[in-house]
Amino acid sequence: MSSSPDQTVPDTSAIAQPVLEARGVTKRFAGVTALSGIDFAVRPGESHALMGENGAGKSTLIKVLTGVHQPDDGELVWEGSPVKFARPLDAQRRGVSTIYQEVNLIPLMSVAQNIYLGREPRNRIGLIDYSQMFADARTLLTTYGIDIDVKRPLRSLALGVQQMVALARAVSINAGVVIMDEPTSSLEAREVDTLFSVIGILRRQGIAIVYVSHRMDEIYRVCERVTVLRDGRVVHVGDLADLPRMELVSLMLGRSVANVKGRGVTAFGETRESDAPPVLVATDLSRKHQLEGVGLEIRPGEVVGLGGLLGAGRSETLKALAGVMQLDRGTVAVDGKQVRSGSVPAAIRAGIVMLPEDRKSEGIIPNLSVRDNIVLAALPRLSRAGFSSTKNQDAVVDVFMRRLRIKASSPDQQVSELSGGNQQKVMIARWLAMNPKVLLLDEPTRGIDVGAKAEVQALIDELAAEGLAIVLVSSEVEEVVEGSARVIVLRDGRVETELTGADVDEEHLLAALAGDGSGDPK
Amino acid sequence: MTQGTVTIALPRRAAMLSVLQRYGVYLAILLILLFNLVATPHFFELDNFRTQFVQVVPVLIVALGMALVIGTEGIDLSVGGVMAMSAAVVPLYIGYGFLPAVLVAVVAGTLIGVVNGAMVAFIGVQPIVATLSLMVAGRGLALLIANEQLVSVTDPGILALGRDSLVGAVPYSVIVAIVLVLVIALVVNRTTFGKQLVAIGGNRRAAALSGLPVKRILLLVYILCAALASIAGIIGTARLGASVPSTLGNLIELAAITAVVVGGTPLTGGQVKIAGTVAGALLLQFISATLIKHNVPDAYSQIFQAAIILIAVYIQRGRAVTR
Repeated sequence: MSSSPDQTVPDTSAIAQPVLEARGVTKRFAGVTALSGIDFAVRPGESHALMGENGAGKSTLIKVLTGVHQPDDGELVWEGSPVKFARPLDAQRRGVSTIYQEVNLIPLMSVAQNIYLGREPRNRIGLIDYSQMFADARTLLTTYGIDIDVKRPLRSLALGVQQMVALARAVSINAGVVIMDEPTSSLEAREVDTLFSVIGILRRQGIAIVYVSHRMDEIYRVCERVTVLRDGRVVHVGDLADLPRMELVSLMLGRSVANVKGRGVTAFGETRESDAPPVLVATDLSRKHQLEGVGLEIRPGEVVGLGGLLGAGRSETLKALAGVMQLDRGTVAVDGKQVRSGSVPAAIRAGIVMLPEDRKSEGIIPNLSVRDNIVLAALPRLSRAGFSSTKNQDAVVDVFMRRLRIKASSPDQQVSELSGGNQQKVMIARWLAMNPKVLLLDEPTRGIDVGAKAEVQALIDELAAEGLAIVLVSSEVEEVVEGSARVIVLRDGRVETELTGADVDEEHLLAALAGDGSGDPK
Repeated sequence: MTQGTVTIALPRRAAMLSVLQRYGVYLAILLILLFNLVATPHFFELDNFRTQFVQVVPVLIVALGMALVIGTEGIDLSVGGVMAMSAAVVPLYIGYGFLPAVLVAVVAGTLIGVVNGAMVAFIGVQPIVATLSLMVAGRGLALLIANEQLVSVTDPGILALGRDSLVGAVPYSVIVAIVLVLVIALVVNRTTFGKQLVAIGGNRRAAALSGLPVKRILLLVYILCAALASIAGIIGTARLGASVPSTLGNLIELAAITAVVVGGTPLTGGQVKIAGTVAGALLLQFISATLIKHNVPDAYSQIFQAAIILIAVYIQRGRAVTR
């Protein structure tokens, strides 16, 4: 596969009727609009990228296209006539196949059995004709340049090959549209090449591909058109060749390159750079498929932003620092002393604490009180001989509830009854009670209301001013830019570049996110 | 939302469920006592209540440990096997005297808890599977130790534990139970261990991310549960005046789980209600006593118990949905 869309694919996109269309599709969940008036169309033989950040509506749109969800408004159109997919099977029968990042096949069955599951060739007396099935499977896979023993159980094959089998099964059932959701996230480079050549073959057969990925390089390599979603709306449809990377990134993030505004959107004040010796030094953090040699240094009193698109390795870097993730390689040191990797208690003892991204599943203990949630990590320090001291706890709880302005009827109120912003403050209090040296914040203002957001942002400033070293991950560009003194930009699990001083602005960040600095697509 | 708190006006049905969830077990005890006041002669006599309390002791002690395990979102099916184990060991060491025999019996039973806890905490075996295997293996081992024999125990200390009362009023076994209830209540409400246990049951991932020693706590919880079951095994042996590892503690795990759940501790973990567990055990005891006194066959008593579990679980579910 060359670096440009395959030349032998006929350019039908301009003339052919779309094979699958969404017209004005709107989808609401419990009052929240996930999709609003989406128009989306793929034509036969076209490879169409669907782009957008977290919460843009990509997955919802895919679920509507595949019959998992039904649109509240608007309609789906198949080859010019309206269709309704009441359930996933309807969509599959019509010709919409989906390849997920995890393979949805039966691991213990043979490759051939998996391909023909539920539609096995029969002999005269109605039993499965295995020799026919094996021969058919072999022929089918050879068409896509895959040469494997079709009698082997599926799970004995590499993940990439399994995915090819899933793909072969999908297109052999019926060939209309194949939706690929992050198909390469667990593939080796060589397997990616095979996948792309298969995509080329499919397109020559007139099959439309909807390709979802966060990897810019892949998108530009394999797709010719793109639809960009943001906040449940289509913000751009067009040819990828006409769209510089930087523009694509700014479309996804909703920041126009041309009119990047000045400061003042967030509650962050002036940021300062520090020249104190670093409190945290991490080198060569690596984990297969996730991180590749990430290194960083954080000084006391500075806020360092981690930039990057979804899947770039920001959360993974924090998890590596906090001892949550096992590493293949790499070291973390605090004040020159190495921290045992892969151990949360060790990281906490060293003074590294992390506010996790998912407050609900990784942060709060819902049925415990505000008090118990705040003192959770500090409990051993606040206890004497294993007995918890209400007096010691009250002192801590009181200080942080007042300082962070946590609004609760009393410290004994159940934490799940608080608003998202107050829950987040409880989480921050839990960590501040540990007197940390390094505070890792993963999306500290996600899902909390505007007022609480400003408070949290102001608090981050305040904590840094008091000498805490802070690493900030946020999917909001202005939060990273205005909150951080430096920004380390990650891409595909590597450190792409570092922005310092006057370079910490949206323009430079967007350029770094796009990954080529020049804004040129190729 | 000026308060920053969310107060949702519960619909009437949900509010009722919520009250039932919290106080249902006490209400049920009240109802059954009222029923007996009217319908059962000689129920409200001191001797009867003494008998009821003595009989509830083994289930109650086992239920205390079960409540801790359930609080961590686990379950311990091996408690019957543990009881059999400690019962089997008592006659072997009774020659050394009351205290050594009791200590060795508790240690022997607790070893099963070590295996349970190690499997759950370090290997990651599901609690139900780990303890199911020890439920079978524990009793098997006990029978092996006892040579499948019923051995009568004649040590005066053991017999006193089963039959005598302090100043002729409060049976020693009931005193043991009361002390254990107080100790466990203290552990749950006042110790670091108790708080951490509940946190692990409430959100294990969050607890681990907060640096809690999740594995150690889980191990300790299963050990504690087995230690309590061992004590229950000794008291059971004392009451019978014989070590009967083949039947002692049969199906007690079901009674204990019922007591815990009926007492308002949800099977989903994150809460431990000691008072509720005591009440749950008492309720079961009163129900079976009532049925016996009215000559209802034992089979019906078990069906009745099953019905109560269903109702208790339904009430908790109803609460969970409204949250």
